[in-house]
Amino acid sequence: MSTLLIIEQVLNGLQFGVMLFLMAAGLTLIFGVMGLINLAHGSLYMIGAFAAAAVAGATGSFVLALAAALAVAAIAGALIEMTVIRRLYGKAHLDQVLATFALILIFSEGTRWLFGSFPLFLDIPDYLSGPVTLPGGIQYPLYRLTLIAVGLLVGLGLWALIERTRIGIQIRAGENDREMIAALGVDIRLLYTLVFAIGAALAGLAGALVGAIQSVQVGMGEPVLILAFVVIVIGGIGSIKGAFIGALLVGLTDTLGGIFLPELFKLFMEPGAATQTGSALASMAIYILMSLVLIWRPTGLFGARA
Amino acid sequence: MIPERLVNWIVFAGLLAVPLWAIVVDEPFTITLVTRAVILAIAAVGLNIALGIGGLVSLGHAVFFGIGGYAMGILAYHAQTYTSLDLLGMSLAGTKSMPIIWLVAVVMSALAAWIIGLLSLRTSGVYFIMITLAFGQMFYYFAISWSTYGGEDGLSIYVRNGFPGLNTLVPIQFFGLCFVLLCIVLFLNARLQNAPFGLALNAARQVPTRVETVGLNPMRLKLVAFVISGAVTGLAGALFADLNRFVSPTMFSWQLSGELIVLIIIGGVGRLYGPVVGACLFLALEHWLGALTEFWHVYLGLILLAIVLFARGGIIGLLTGKEGAHV
Repeated sequence: MSTLLIIEQVLNGLQFGVMLFLMAAGLTLIFGVMGLINLAHGSLYMIGAFAAAAVAGATGSFVLALAAALAVAAIAGALIEMTVIRRLYGKAHLDQVLATFALILIFSEGTRWLFGSFPLFLDIPDYLSGPVTLPGGIQYPLYRLTLIAVGLLVGLGLWALIERTRIGIQIRAGENDREMIAALGVDIRLLYTLVFAIGAALAGLAGALVGAIQSVQVGMGEPVLILAFVVIVIGGIGSIKGAFIGALLVGLTDTLGGIFLPELFKLFMEPGAATQTGSALASMAIYILMSLVLIWRPTGLFGARA
Repeated sequence: MIPERLVNWIVFAGLLAVPLWAIVVDEPFTITLVTRAVILAIAAVGLNIALGIGGLVSLGHAVFFGIGGYAMGILAYHAQTYTSLDLLGMSLAGTKSMPIIWLVAVVMSALAAWIIGLLSLRTSGVYFIMITLAFGQMFYYFAISWSTYGGEDGLSIYVRNGFPGLNTLVPIQFFGLCFVLLCIVLFLNARLQNAPFGLALNAARQVPTRVETVGLNPMRLKLVAFVISGAVTGLAGALFADLNRFVSPTMFSWQLSGELIVLIIIGGVGRLYGPVVGACLFLALEHWLGALTEFWHVYLGLILLAIVLFARGGIIGLLTGKEGAHV
C-alpha cells in the first residue's frame, strides 16, 4: 500500500464528497427553510443529467450542456414547487414523504417514456480529459480534479449567498420566523420558490457533472438521494456547514472503506474471507457511521431542531 | 356515507370470493395475484401497528420483510442441499416445514426490530425516518455481499415448503393458509387497538407528555409496538418468499419500504382494514394499468399525489366520510 495510492483514494473520496455536497446542500436548505423532506431531489439530479446529455448530444458543447442542466433543473424545481410542494408545507412528514415519493414515480417513468430505458452517455470534453501530474508525481484525472474545484467553488458561493447577500438574510430569517419576515414585507412564497429552485439547480448541476463519469440513466438519482440524506442527517438537518462536513465524511468513508477495510481484515484473516468481510463491511460503513452519529447526537453534528 | 364496518365486511367477502370464483373459471393466476395481495396486506398490517397507532414513520420496514424472506430461504436452502447450518458452534439442519420457518422468521425479525427500535427511537421526526432508512440500506448491502446465500442473485427454492395436512403447491390451498394468517393478524390488531396497551400507544402518538405524566413510558410503548410490527412484517416476508420460491436482496430495498407505506396511505392510515384495501387496490392497479401501459407508475404516482393532497383518509376515509388518524 503506497502513499501514492492513499493520496489518490483521498482525492477520489473528496471528489465524491463534494458532489454529494451539491445534492445535500439543496436538501438541507429546503428542509431548513421550508421544513420539507424532499425525496424527489434525486429526480432533479436525474433531470439535470438528462438535460445535459440531450444538449451535449445536439450541440456538442459541454458548457452549454451544464448551463442546460442548471436551467432545466431550476425550472423543473420551480414548477413542482408551485404546483405540488407548496401544498405540503406545514403538513405531516408522512404526507411529504408520500407526495414526493409519488413525484419520483412520475419523473422516473416520464423520463423513461421520453428517453427510453437505455442509458445515455455524456462525454468529458477534450480540454478536461486526460491526467495531470500533481506535485509528488501523482497522476490524477483532470476532470475529477475539476469536479473537486467546482464543488468547493459552489460551496463558497453558497456560503457567500447566505451570509453576505440580502436574499441570504431573508432566507436565514425565513428559517427562524416565517410569519415575522412575511409581516416585514418579504414575499415569502416567492422566497420559497427561489430556495427550491436553487436547491434543484445544484442537484441538476451535480447530476450533469457526475453523468460525465457514469452513465445517464433512469433511477440514477435514488442511490445518490439516499447518500445525500445520510449526509444531511450526519451533519444535522438544516445546516449547510453540517452538510459540507457530512458530505466529506461520507465521501471519504465510502471510498477509503472500500479500499482499506479488506486490507485491514487481511491482517488477521485468510485473504478470501478478509476480502468478503471487508467489502461487506465497507458497503455498510456509511450507514454504520450515520447510526453511530445519531446514537451519539440524535440531531446530527450541527443540527438544532428535529 | 357507508359505515366502516360494512366496508370491512365487503372487502373481507371480496377477498374470499375472488379466488373461489377463479377456481370455478379455472384461472390459477388470479389466485396467485390475490395471494400476493393477502401477503402484502399482512406486511402492511404489521407496519400499520407502528405507523398508524404508534405514529412511527418507518422507512425501513423492508428489513423485517427481508429477514422473514431470508429465514425461509436459508432454512429451505440447507434442507434442499442436505447441508447443515453452522451457527455459533451448533450444527443445525435446514427445514421445509412452514410452521418452523414462520417461528424463526417471527423471532428473528422481532429481535432485529428490538435492536433497531432501541437505537432508532432515540431520535424522532425526520431523523427517525432517515435512521430507519439507513438500517434498511445496511441490510440491503449486507444481503448483496453475503455470497454464501446467493449475494446479489438471491436464492431459489425449488419446491414450496410444506404445511402439515396441506398440499401447498395447489394455489388455493396456499391462498387459504395466507388468508387464515391475515385473519389472525387482523384479529390481533383489533384486540391490540382496543386493549389498554393500544390506547396508551395511541395517546403516546398524540400527546407524549401527558402519557408520561400519568406514569407510562412512551418510549417503551413505542418500542413494543415496533417489535410487534416488525414481527408481523417478518412473517409476511417468509410467506412472500414461499409464494415466489425465491429470495433476493430486493426484499430489503427501500422502494419496498416505501411501497408498504403507500399501501397504508391508499387504504387509510391507522384503520384496521386500511392496509388490506390498499394492498388489493395496489395490485389491481398494477395488474390492470400494467396491462394497459408500460408506464403505469406515472398513474400510480398521480393517484398517490391526489390521495395525499385531497383525500387524507385514503379510500376508506373517502367511503366512510371520516378522515381517520393523523400521523
